[in-house]
Amino acid sequence: MAKVLMKGNEAIGEAAIRAGCLNYFAYPITPQSEVAEYLVRRMPEVGGVFLQGESEVAVGYMIFGAAGAGERVFTTSSSPGISLMSEAISYIAAAQCPAVFVNIMRGGPGLGGILPSQADYLQATKGIGHGDCRLLVMAPASVQESVEMVMKAFPLAEKYRNPVMILGDGLIGQMMEPVEFPDHLKSEPSNKDAWATNGMDHRKSKTRNLVKSLFLDPVQLNDNNLALKAKYDRMRAEEVMSESYNTDGDYKALIVSYGTMSRVCRTAIDMLKAEGIEVGMIRPQTVFPFPEKAVAEAANKPSCTQVLSIEMSMGQMVEDVERSVQGRVPVTWYGKCGGDIPTPEEVIDVVKQRIA
Amino acid sequence: MGKTFKKPECLSDAHTHYCPGCTHGVIHRLVAETIDELGIRGRTVGIAPVGCAVLAYNYFNFDFQEAAHGRAPAMATGIKRVRPDLMVFTYQGDGDLASIGMGEIIHAANRGEKFTTIFVNNAIYGMTGGQMAPTTMPGQRTSTSPFGRNVDEVGMPIKMAELLAALQTPAYISRQTVIKPKYITKAKKAIKQAFTYQLENKCFSLVELVSTCPTNWGMTPVQAVEWTEKTLLAYYQPGDYKVPA
Repeated sequence: MAKVLMKGNEAIGEAAIRAGCLNYFAYPITPQSEVAEYLVRRMPEVGGVFLQGESEVAVGYMIFGAAGAGERVFTTSSSPGISLMSEAISYIAAAQCPAVFVNIMRGGPGLGGILPSQADYLQATKGIGHGDCRLLVMAPASVQESVEMVMKAFPLAEKYRNPVMILGDGLIGQMMEPVEFPDHLKSEPSNKDAWATNGMDHRKSKTRNLVKSLFLDPVQLNDNNLALKAKYDRMRAEEVMSESYNTDGDYKALIVSYGTMSRVCRTAIDMLKAEGIEVGMIRPQTVFPFPEKAVAEAANKPSCTQVLSIEMSMGQMVEDVERSVQGRVPVTWYGKCGGDIPTPEEVIDVVKQRIA
Repeated sequence: MGKTFKKPECLSDAHTHYCPGCTHGVIHRLVAETIDELGIRGRTVGIAPVGCAVLAYNYFNFDFQEAAHGRAPAMATGIKRVRPDLMVFTYQGDGDLASIGMGEIIHAANRGEKFTTIFVNNAIYGMTGGQMAPTTMPGQRTSTSPFGRNVDEVGMPIKMAELLAALQTPAYISRQTVIKPKYITKAKKAIKQAFTYQLENKCFSLVELVSTCPTNWGMTPVQAVEWTEKTLLAYYQPGDYKVPA
């Protein structure tokens, strides 16, 4: 397929359809409502389901119900909406159902603002819902990468029978970029007869399935949590994705940055290079699991004297960067949030100060 | 002479955890008989609430999902929208449906979601130990209304059947009770009607069942039946509140 110029939010909607997900439930919230506005027209063309729910709380459970019935399903929202859905996300993880949640982040806390932000990092990677649950979280840095990650998200959700999140900032949803869509996925959710409530008649075994998260027996609950932990450990072993930039040679400082912020940093690195200052970058593409090894290896380069976590937040990913570097090199944070995205010049100033 | 009365195929062999004099058992049986008679067990999905019936799936013998508190109608919406061929019902108590889940039930009913709700109203929170519900009667003593429900502070009990029947979209809204055999026959008819409307792809159907909770009411089962008939049924009057045009 030829390249088309498309808004991130619309491309995310189209990518889900190409991933074979024909079921979408959502509630409007800026800056991602264009996904719903795109899919309300597109879903009928492909025989899919579109429903605007009465709240993000209800939408979370519509996703749970549909996922429990074994169908590919997804929703999109933005920060305050994701907070409301996080209850359902916990239930879906506990009941081991696959589903995809897209968070096009806006500034917080509270109502915050409607401009781009990366302030839901800790929520997405460590604090989504109650109990011992995790999401596999991918953070795209372009419209093209959003499409690719959405198409990966469904098979990954099914592989782990766990919710997967696409964590994009508002700019990813709002900006238009050329995008090339991969071919439609041919895969289907496999083995769903073993667990989904899709009606006993459909199954060879003719035994019933339960989708539930209540385990009153402490031994059974512990066992369920151990099963979840085993999946999260497997994600850590098999699903880490990151990209490195300007790390082949020596560099004085290492930047760790993701999403839109990483593109600003890339420009800053090019400008610094022109001045004769080498700076490398690791861009996490998965933020859970976090690319600990890649960050540690890049920070361990003998020339590297500083590691900077640069984020559109007040310092959230920096905790994962510190954890990866383990004190071998000083780790500091720089960032802004509320929609005021740091400029390349600001990044350059900060880097120069820190390595001085 | 052959067996004339047997356990429905839709019920498991498990002993229920319900208290003596509780009507959940009767309602489970009526739902199970209905699903047996309609021959839809193999394509039925039930949604359990949070409340005394949270473990309902241990007693029913077909696919089940377990909801968060109040969210069963949203889950049923998700299932029915993506799998319209499945028969879907929620089984909810009054705390679940009329308090925390008020938003979900109103909107599911108003959208005309094509599933069925079995609403068990016993005017109290059972599982958590007898707290006041939106359906608790004026003056009724509970652990969080120890001096009796004060309607000046918390308003009058909500009549869910009437409230939902005021919406234009739902197909069938009925209120029944199961405290005596004469009522059980009518309740069974209403439950079967509600499932039949779903089979016919008519929109949302709900049967409210006025029920007993002798344990948390502090009554014997016999007293509970008498109080239900005298007090609850006077306020929550049985009947069909909405039928398909």
